[in-house]
Amino acid sequence: MMLNPETLKKMILILTNTHAGEISCDECFDEIDRFAEIELVGKSAAEAMPLVQDHLERCQDCREEYEALMAALKFIEQEKPAE
Amino acid sequence: MVSLSNEEWLSALRAADNQQALEDLRLRLGRALHYALSGRGPDGLLEGLEEDIAQEAVLKILASLDSFRGESQFMTWATKIAVRLAFTELRRKRWQDVSLEGLLKVEEDQDYTPAILADRTPTPEQQAEQTMMMETVQKMILESLSERQRQAVLAVLEGGAPMDEVARRLGTNRNALYKLLHDARLRLQKRLAAEGLSTQDLMALFSEM
Repeated sequence: MMLNPETLKKMILILTNTHAGEISCDECFDEIDRFAEIELVGKSAAEAMPLVQDHLERCQDCREEYEALMAALKFIEQEKPAE
Repeated sequence: MVSLSNEEWLSALRAADNQQALEDLRLRLGRALHYALSGRGPDGLLEGLEEDIAQEAVLKILASLDSFRGESQFMTWATKIAVRLAFTELRRKRWQDVSLEGLLKVEEDQDYTPAILADRTPTPEQQAEQTMMMETVQKMILESLSERQRQAVLAVLEGGAPMDEVARRLGTNRNALYKLLHDARLRLQKRLAAEGLSTQDLMALFSEM
């Protein structure tokens, strides 16, 4: 197996940011609703839940789903009747 | 649409006569998925998906009600479940014709000669040094990883495939795959450190390429 130089570069960059305390996809999923709601009210979810933010920066699948969740929640929020 | 509190949702869904609540949930999730999936795939792929997934999500949510901790609004929690189901299915459909070999996209006999930059030509000595370093790192990576980890790394990094699909072909799930790759990364970090190579030095080397 030979890696092409661009892939090798990507790997080295990823290794620079690797740490033992990373959370997995399931752990991120478990917290993502809370994370999304913090963002929705205009606060920094990245500061409040840094491990979730860290995972979203590494994992494209989870990031894609988070962005879709936010898109859905923003529209739902707009549709709510005024209280 | 009327906003229900978490308690109202749970109560309605757990009631003996919960048909109306289930239907209400299904409709809301269908709308949520419409916004979540908008622009995320060709129409052909998305057709019918929202309704099917909303129905599947209702069943999953009903079965998972006891795991809802009330740390967010019920509809946020429910929507994330629906979105996860939708993307899993979307990825499966999009990649269904690609085998594991297709995901790996390995190029045999890769030439390690660094690309010549338009405004800078490395000397033959510099080029040789870069090539040697690349081969050293390559060897370390191959020796530190299991065959399974190598396949996973190639498919995700080089092939750009979603973790869901790589995991499926390796007979595992996304969470387990993430942990496999995480373990691989930690091993590589240790190996590089043991060889006295810092990732910063390597990045500096590659940035010259």
